Amino acid sequence: MERLTMSGLVKFILSFSLIIFFANTTIASDRKFNLGQIATIEEVAGWDIDVRPDGLGAPIGSGTAFSGEEIYAEVCAACHGDFGEGADRWPPLAGGEGTLASHDPEKTSTSYWPYASTIFDYIYRAMPYGEAQSLSYDETYEIVAYILYMGDIIEEDFVLSDKNIGQIEMPNRDGFILPDPRPDIMNTHGDPCMSNCKVSTKIIGKARDIDVTPEDE
Amino acid sequence: MKKNKKNEVAKSKKFNRRDLIIGASSIGAISLASKNVLSEEANPENLPPNLPEWTQYLGDGVDINPYGMPSEFEGHVIRRNVEWLTASAESSVNFTPLQDLEGIVTPNGLCFERHHGGVAVINPQDFRLMINGLVDREMIFTLDDLKRFPQTNKFYFLECAANGGMEWRGSQLNGCQYTFGMVHNVQYTGVKLSDLILETGLKEKAKWVLAEGSDSSGMTRSIPIEKILDDCIIAWAMNGEALRPEQGYPARLVVPGWEGNMWVKWIRRLEFGDKPYLTREETSKYTDLLTNGKARMFTWVMDAKSVITSPSPEKPILSKGLHQLRGLAWSGRGKIKRVDVSIDGGKNWKTAQLHSPVLSKSLTRFTLPFEWNGEELLLQSRAIDETNYVQPTIDELQKIRGVNSIYHNNSIATWLVSKNGKVDNVRLG
Repeated sequence: MERLTMSGLVKFILSFSLIIFFANTTIASDRKFNLGQIATIEEVAGWDIDVRPDGLGAPIGSGTAFSGEEIYAEVCAACHGDFGEGADRWPPLAGGEGTLASHDPEKTSTSYWPYASTIFDYIYRAMPYGEAQSLSYDETYEIVAYILYMGDIIEEDFVLSDKNIGQIEMPNRDGFILPDPRPDIMNTHGDPCMSNCKVSTKIIGKARDIDVTPEDE
Repeated sequence: MKKNKKNEVAKSKKFNRRDLIIGASSIGAISLASKNVLSEEANPENLPPNLPEWTQYLGDGVDINPYGMPSEFEGHVIRRNVEWLTASAESSVNFTPLQDLEGIVTPNGLCFERHHGGVAVINPQDFRLMINGLVDREMIFTLDDLKRFPQTNKFYFLECAANGGMEWRGSQLNGCQYTFGMVHNVQYTGVKLSDLILETGLKEKAKWVLAEGSDSSGMTRSIPIEKILDDCIIAWAMNGEALRPEQGYPARLVVPGWEGNMWVKWIRRLEFGDKPYLTREETSKYTDLLTNGKARMFTWVMDAKSVITSPSPEKPILSKGLHQLRGLAWSGRGKIKRVDVSIDGGKNWKTAQLHSPVLSKSLTRFTLPFEWNGEELLLQSRAIDETNYVQPTIDELQKIRGVNSIYHNNSIATWLVSKNGKVDNVRLG
């Protein structure tokens, strides 16, 4: 603290008594409202599960695709297919390389996702569907390794771990555009055509003809 | 138990009015699919000069509906989903019935739902909000703690970035509800994050916040610190009552004007960091794929948009003469400045009346009276916001973004009114 002048001292005492008046509990340091509790290291560790692209937050553990085949078949394959091809409307996990610029892009974790860390983070926090956070760290590394292997990104015996998950090079790593270029349509600057505008009013499609709208029973 | 009874009543197709009343009041809740009731002709016995039964006999007492429900005749005003859209109802979406709503407030029970792991059920005593990472003090707040902070009360729209996402390649769903209904507008009560941060302190390196939900999807999104400090809220109430479970009870994040996915429900944690976290929801999802195979990332703002809610596919024109065209407009960049309406597919436009309040990042109501004499109409509306951004046509969007973006389709829709008064979602070109 800097040296107190006389008026500074008065202010200090005033604010000190104000804090006591309003908070009426412990003396706050520089907390404005004196609400809430300090979190313990254990409390934070239990909830802080995110893993960042550079590997920050990756829990200690490892696994290979070879060892992951079994757990994948057990907890993933029912929805995502034996080869990550998906089932019914459940999403495919691998494949689709080279399709992103096509009319029917297949955005899978290996064709589209830019970071391997995201696959780990998502599987650990949300999968298996309906049994979130039930996998061990090693099991999660194994499953991620198996998915990356199905997408031809790593070899079957590659040991994926907290040490290297931030360095896996994903095929679509540079497939994203930043920052957001919108508003990308400012043709009229608030003063659009009001009358006799040249537009086509020919009907080229009707939702009724597609006939996929749910109907009330 | 109650639910089953209700279904039984709803299933029995032929019921007279008295059965309906008895059945409904005996279960203490009346919300029946009353489409049949609505479409019936008026009962002459209830019309002048006759005396209707409700004028003569006692109705329900104050002990029947401790928590009130809409009239039984409004049973068709419900959220609806499109079953084929998703693999499971727990990771899916339903739609707000905009065509049946007035003003700008969405009733809590009609706010569309989007979950990724079903609705979390949380006893408020067990709620904790953790703030960790690049702060001076890592802290935990109870719900009661949050309610002791200075309070803010604000109306904001929440729109899913995928609203209208099925319409990129052409008109697909024939309804105002299904094409525009992933939006709602309520008044939030909560604490500003800028106030919460006064309590934890902030390290200079903190540039991003990871917001994390406590549901079984562990929903996570990265939000830049500027937005957090500008107008983000941790809300515990909507439209004057506690958040509905499906809207994040007991507390959710409010990110005004930005895509709904970022408004993390059942919030449990805010982590401050120096870089974005690039979670599944901001890489695999909520990125906008262009024709060259590259995708835009971090497209957060919801651009200006409007919709004619009536007439619409669900609201045909039933008679000739005067009608009030009704609609909603909104912009994630501020207030709606103007809404124009065309009845000839965009050749000629007329400016609609905006109804107060016109609030920033909130739904805004517009109306326009019109005479219908049985002719074919091509109805369109276009919103202009206070930044002078004009809602684009689908052609304008497609030229820049192609048809695979999924997200951020804010284009002008066209409703075809046929000579019989029926209304269809159509694409012009």
